[in-house]
Amino acid sequence: MRHATKQWLIPIVGAVMMVLTAGAMTSGAMAKDIELSFYYPVAVGGPITKIIDGYAADFEKANPGIKINAIYAGTYQDTLVKALTAFKSGEPPDIAVLLSTDMFTLIDEDAIAPFDDLLKTDADKTWAKSFYPAFMENSQTGGKTSDEKTWGIPFQRSTIVMFWNKDAFKAAGLNPDKAPDTWDELVADGGKLTTRDAAGNVSQWAVEIPSTGFPYWLFQGLTTANDVRLMNSAGTQTYFDKPAVIQALQYWVDLSRKDKIQPTGTIEWGTTPKDFFERKTAIMWTSTGNLTNVRANASFPFGVAMLPAHQGRGSPTGGGNFYFFKKMTGDERDAAFKFVKWMTTPERAADWGIATGYVAVRPDAWETPAMKKYVADFPAAAVARDQLKYAVAELSTHENQRVTKALNDGIQAALTGTKTPEQAMKDAQQEAVRILRPYQ
Amino acid sequence: MHASETIAHGLEGDDSRALPAPFAAGTAGAAVAPMRVTAHIHGWLLLLPAAVLLVIFTHYPAVATIIDSLFSTPRGHRSAAFVGLDNYQAMLEDPVFWRALGNNIAYAASVIPLTIALALTMAVWVNGKIAGRPFLRLAFFAPTVLPMIAVANIWLFFYSPGYGLFDQMLGVFGIATHNWLGDEHTALACLIAVAVWKDAGFFMIFYLAALQQMSPQLAEAAAIEGASRWYFFRRVTFPLLMPTTLFVLVNAIINSFRLIDHIVVMTQGGPANTTALLLFYIYEVGFKFWDTAYAATLTVVLLALLAFLALGQFLILDRRIHYQ
Repeated sequence: MRHATKQWLIPIVGAVMMVLTAGAMTSGAMAKDIELSFYYPVAVGGPITKIIDGYAADFEKANPGIKINAIYAGTYQDTLVKALTAFKSGEPPDIAVLLSTDMFTLIDEDAIAPFDDLLKTDADKTWAKSFYPAFMENSQTGGKTSDEKTWGIPFQRSTIVMFWNKDAFKAAGLNPDKAPDTWDELVADGGKLTTRDAAGNVSQWAVEIPSTGFPYWLFQGLTTANDVRLMNSAGTQTYFDKPAVIQALQYWVDLSRKDKIQPTGTIEWGTTPKDFFERKTAIMWTSTGNLTNVRANASFPFGVAMLPAHQGRGSPTGGGNFYFFKKMTGDERDAAFKFVKWMTTPERAADWGIATGYVAVRPDAWETPAMKKYVADFPAAAVARDQLKYAVAELSTHENQRVTKALNDGIQAALTGTKTPEQAMKDAQQEAVRILRPYQ
Repeated sequence: MHASETIAHGLEGDDSRALPAPFAAGTAGAAVAPMRVTAHIHGWLLLLPAAVLLVIFTHYPAVATIIDSLFSTPRGHRSAAFVGLDNYQAMLEDPVFWRALGNNIAYAASVIPLTIALALTMAVWVNGKIAGRPFLRLAFFAPTVLPMIAVANIWLFFYSPGYGLFDQMLGVFGIATHNWLGDEHTALACLIAVAVWKDAGFFMIFYLAALQQMSPQLAEAAAIEGASRWYFFRRVTFPLLMPTTLFVLVNAIINSFRLIDHIVVMTQGGPANTTALLLFYIYEVGFKFWDTAYAATLTVVLLALLAFLALGQFLILDRRIHYQ
């Protein structure tokens, strides 16, 4: 009886074995085909996906046997959520472009592998050193015990620049070809650029520094100019309550409350370019990523300048890096490494920068003929590059989003007038110390 | 007949009596018993697909959330450890949690009565005989068919200082521009307005349906008795609409805790947490801070809050409602 009941199993076992053998034969025949999943932060459709698809197709043609599956996952935040959720369910992507500031989060989750052991040849080592040092600051860290490692490779990176409306400058009796170069000049010019109607209502503000979403990033444009850093490179300490930081925040708050050349309250990041196009503000601070947008939509001549200096000059970097997730086998890692190197050659970095407005990530990209021609036609594109020598890493620590939220809340509380800059930064620092305690 | 009766029993979940009865009593006879069992299994099989879905997508996640809230968040090589009520302790000491809870209560307490009042007013209005009635109904209903993300993006520009719709309208009367979403005193009120605008049209449809089912004889009788229109509404129409109001109220409460798309688009909880609602904070903790255990803890609180509100509604309000 027992024996008889098992008999129905035989055909099934046979069928399973046949399928398995067939599977083994197929994979044996195509043993060299390596498939790599590549999470990329953009919504499906649109011009960017076409460029990435084109790169992937060109790479596959040049490297038979490697297949790149580009997966368009939405915003940076969406892509991180999808990549980490996939990782936690045991099926991580192989390659992903995620924010450079996600580095500590990804290390803490033990999701990514460093690039260092892939750099075997001299050519590879030179390649790893070919990027702007400012971009590598957010791509390397030592952590607590080990020495410095490279966790990310710069790909689509940006900085903050200042756009100004030349017509508005002319109307205010200012030199339309010269943007305010220091904090004091910004305040002085700002007084002339702010126009009020008979009733005293402002019809044009002088400047808008956006303060929603990620105010800490724009705040770094002020703190860096005030010659102070917000965190250490190990990502375990923050310096939010240093006097120079409080002073920088005081300057930002004063633009609205004392000098009255900027709207009060928080300023929406998303509508700031629109404010600029509508001539509601004569100057705006925004990402270099908006360059193409402004070029297409501004109905007046505009200029692009570095952020104004105070103790020094400076801006944080921003944007996304390539990361390698763990769980790739040796062959897969080699193939993925080949892809990343291919994506960051000088020619491709130049092509990508011209197509999107991101800053080409390596100096030699700016020496390519295509880039030289682009800069000759559109000199504003080079401002971001020239500012890179003053650039510092974007705020990134362990428990990154929690720490930046503490700072964001403090900045917004100061801008809305709920707290003094000093109180706001002391509270933010206290919160950051509490969050980072396990990493000391 | 016999079999279908048993199935009906099974579907009602009344199995405790249906199953053992033939065996225990032994009166049905040997031939009937297997048939009843088969029918019973049949009933459960019919129920199975729905039950599986309910367990997988509703009951299991709720139970798993409660269990997760008692453990620490697993990170990298560190697996989750049992921490008892530590997460709840941390929650009680978390100022952002209290802020989000307070905001959510204020938000719900404004959105729900405003939405219901507006929905009822619009329904009564478009129920009457007025010119262009279909267009009016369509206009009131239109916000419902728009996705909340689109609504939020439209309203973001309504609120933008200077050239936004509101500032332009107020500018006609010489009122100074205002940074609606950037001012901590007005930001939450702005989001409340969006939610009311979005939901009122949807609830209007239910009121309209209820109004149209109401017998015209009631109005005629009241008119003969000489009741004023307001008196008629207050003493006849509104009480008869109470079942609809309960339904709308349940949905409005759920929506006020569940719909946060406009916050993501318009303020991200800012400035300085003044517009952070509970679910938005859960999203932040879960998918930005990756503190899944603490997010589970907050979710348990939200679940308990909603369960408590639902119980209150059905136990207390239901008794006062007159069903026709």
